[in-house]
Amino acid sequence: MSAHGSSDSINLTLHVWRQSGPEDKGGFEVRRLNGVSTHMSFLEMLDVMNEQLVAEGREPVAFDHDCREGICGMCSLVINGQVHGPIPEITTCQLHMRHFKDGDSIYIEPFRAGAFPVLRDLVVDRSAFDRIIAAGGYVSVATGNPQDANALPIPKRNADLAMDAAACIGCGGCVAACPNAAAMLFTSAKVSQMALLPQGQPERDRRVLAMVQQMDAEGFGNCTNEFECMAACPKGIDVSNIARMNREYLRASMCSAEGA
Amino acid sequence: MVPQLDSKCPSGPIEDRWRKHKFALPLVNPANRRKYNVIVVGSGLAGASAAASLGEMGYNVQCFCIQDSPRRAHSIAAQGGINAAKNYPNDGDSVYRLFYDTVKGGDFRARESNVYRLAEVSNNIIDQCVAQGVPFAREYGGLLDNRSFGGAQVERTFYARGQTGQQLLLGAYGSLMRQVSTGRVQMFSRREMVELVIVEGQARGIVVRDVVTGEYERYAGDAVLLCTGGYGNVFYLSTNAKASNASAAWRCHKKGAYFANPCFTQIHPTCIPVSGDYQSKLTLMSESLRNDGRVWVTKKVGDTRRPSDIPEAERDYYLERRYPGFGNLVPRDVASRAAKIECDGGHGVGATGQAVCLDFRDAIARDGRNVIEAKYGNLFQMYEMITGEDPYQVPMRIYPAVHYTMGGLWVDYNLESTVPGLFVLGEANFSDHGANRLGASALMQGLADGYFVIPATITAQIAGRKREPITTEHAAFAEAEAAARARNQKILDVRGSKSSEHIHRELGKIMWDKVGMGRNAQGLAEAQKEISALREEFWSDVRVPGTADHMNPGLEHAARLADFLELAEFFAMDALHREESCGGHFREEYQTPEGEALRRDDEFAYVAAWEFQGVGKPATLHKEDLSFEYVKLATRSYK
Ligand SMILES: Cc1cc2nc3c(=O)[nH]c(=O)nc-3n(C[C@H](O)[C@H](O)[C@H](O)COP(=O)(O)OP(=O)(O)OC[C@H]3O[C@@H](n4cnc5c(N)ncnc54)[C@H](O)[C@@H]3O)c2cc1C
Ligand code: FES
Repeated sequence: MSAHGSSDSINLTLHVWRQSGPEDKGGFEVRRLNGVSTHMSFLEMLDVMNEQLVAEGREPVAFDHDCREGICGMCSLVINGQVHGPIPEITTCQLHMRHFKDGDSIYIEPFRAGAFPVLRDLVVDRSAFDRIIAAGGYVSVATGNPQDANALPIPKRNADLAMDAAACIGCGGCVAACPNAAAMLFTSAKVSQMALLPQGQPERDRRVLAMVQQMDAEGFGNCTNEFECMAACPKGIDVSNIARMNREYLRASMCSAEGA
Repeated sequence: MVPQLDSKCPSGPIEDRWRKHKFALPLVNPANRRKYNVIVVGSGLAGASAAASLGEMGYNVQCFCIQDSPRRAHSIAAQGGINAAKNYPNDGDSVYRLFYDTVKGGDFRARESNVYRLAEVSNNIIDQCVAQGVPFAREYGGLLDNRSFGGAQVERTFYARGQTGQQLLLGAYGSLMRQVSTGRVQMFSRREMVELVIVEGQARGIVVRDVVTGEYERYAGDAVLLCTGGYGNVFYLSTNAKASNASAAWRCHKKGAYFANPCFTQIHPTCIPVSGDYQSKLTLMSESLRNDGRVWVTKKVGDTRRPSDIPEAERDYYLERRYPGFGNLVPRDVASRAAKIECDGGHGVGATGQAVCLDFRDAIARDGRNVIEAKYGNLFQMYEMITGEDPYQVPMRIYPAVHYTMGGLWVDYNLESTVPGLFVLGEANFSDHGANRLGASALMQGLADGYFVIPATITAQIAGRKREPITTEHAAFAEAEAAARARNQKILDVRGSKSSEHIHRELGKIMWDKVGMGRNAQGLAEAQKEISALREEFWSDVRVPGTADHMNPGLEHAARLADFLELAEFFAMDALHREESCGGHFREEYQTPEGEALRRDDEFAYVAAWEFQGVGKPATLHKEDLSFEYVKLATRSYK
């Protein structure tokens, strides 16, 4: 493949969501964008569009992004109806324009969920996730002199499963993809990580109860096993985490003093 | 005579210094701690660990970050790992050896006392993180796995797949959120610090802009901790996250905090090359790849064939040829410069010629595809996603990119800047890496500063100095806020024709060409002029649509760029003044006959800490002479 060639450039029609603030109704703005290199990332394509807006003296489209390598969880977007775009297991910032064709129309919208209000254009407020973690998504260990790191061996299988769950980047794609706007995949990933590790045991019951309670208080919906969350998750977080959280929740509410 | 700075380093045997120093510091009674307000700017590894630890101790903490959540700080992107001197693999590691390697790796431009302390607390960091539930890689026996990283001769790097930074940050973030739930830490996301407030000579607060509403807010405290990361984005293209910036540090510098060694920048050898003008950032490929990949270029000048079409006899494995001892595993600065030399000589590969090959053909033949896939599968996938090429079939193309800034605000042994009450942690300070940072040691430093150093040293300000109580009604706050408002308005009022992105790219080109991997007096002098002219252009011709009273990402970017345009000229000035080559700073005039860096210890074994005198005006040099009592000054050799 050559890096520079005319076949590497495509023309697009963009339908971009614009909304001046949380109170505004918002709507799509249609823009033509010609000569887009297929080697660009999707966000670089938006940069080019924004440069044109600035040249026209108009405010660029606001969108969240930071690392641009799929790890910070800052980027979002629903692209042609799909959370993080058409390619499985990547974030929007990792999507490249070679996956689009000349003449394509692309609809670009913010994540939509009651618990994620739109702040401006494509930017939403995901602070509800921070509050779910604050409710119990940690081990209560103060900085100081804990025991030697190797004092507690952890079976490799459990460590690996915990890492699979801990890989969640907190982007909120699971919520945006869920017909009920549930935050089960996000919450269960953290509950699972801690439930699988010996360090998580002392607070195991309290944690799951508090986090689920906070999740409900934030207005996220219920899980009806649609599995759309897993399909949209850029990190491939498995729905078995939801099953584990349900078991943890049941155990905590039925059998422990915390649930009483 | 150039004034000397006092680092406040303790004396005596190096193993005892930190303990002795802690004992000498004043204490704050636990019951009194809640009466003190500590402002923490930044929630990366340094900021999150500091805010959490100080909250646990009982201080009243306010923590700020630009992103929508503290969990998204740039630290999240670190891939490779974190060093510690645990010596679990029993391969001869020790606190002393980690100290030794770090001083030497930094090319003798770091402070021995600080580096020793860093090595000393490294083991506590691992214990702390494991206790938090950080899922480090483990062996079948359930114990922690270690690997060798960045050419280290011992296996001392702890890692969590290719996401070590993410897992460490999420650990610190969890601790931070726990303190938020207790109310001891208040978290303010989507806030950008725009001014430092100094009252009677002490740092007593900050002004921030809420980037959602555009409102300015004032916060007062007894100490301010700056944990705002590095300034690599002065090059426009770097591996840093897009929001990484120098503004908080630079504005503190303009208010009296000396800035040290700005020219010490790390260029990482293994990044995905630039593919076009639209390029917005560069992606790092973990340097662990150099454990198995072989680096080569073409022998023929101007060879435009696809790398896979170049026959074996026409490939030059230049690292193996020049450095038979370390081969493909030479330190970052050496590997980066070697790649530049090859590409400048016309031996680069690919359409731009600005790339070298990192080839796994031999490793796959030797170990089988499965083994290579198990080790690097996710990195290969990432490469294919970005470039559209399959590295199992064709060699990867890589090129160096700006990655880390060793320079930063000058701090003493307490991590306190020259503004009393202003402490600087993590990549934002200059302290521990000298002229070159070794792999897996930035995460270590950020967490050392936040978990273990600042909780002890902050008392130098809290209990060590007298202050009057103040509120944000104090005139100094009004003044700082007015200055911040005026600066943003001035940017909006230019109403010129060039976007700030465009000007930032121009700045990046000047920096990369003349203040990048190879520097010389003429180029640096030219760079200073060009940057100064570009700054004029910014202030006369930038176009930032919209207003400051709502979310305006264009304004945020332009305001950060305005600071980069000042920092850049100063950076070139520092590089011009340092007439030697060391670590990441390579002055073409100072090299050995073999083309290696020529350090000039007699004249330059000091930290250059600069005092601001006005934009574009020469800063005043203050020196901190470095003495090496333990690690004897020697030329690094990787032959
Ligand atoms: C791709 C990549 C890979 C890396 N891999 C490794 C590795 O394997 N091992 C290693 O040791 N190191 C690695 N590093 C280096 C290391 O990640 C960083 O040096 C380190 O994480 C910096 O941490 P920090 O806490 O100092 O700053 P950061 O993590 O950069 O955090 C800065 C914080 O300050 C905030 N901030 C900045 N300006 C303002 C402002 N004006 N107002 C309010 N808040 C502000 C930001 O919001 C953020 O919260 C890597 C770096 C990169 C780029
Ligand atoms: S910008 Fe960080 S995940 Fe996309």
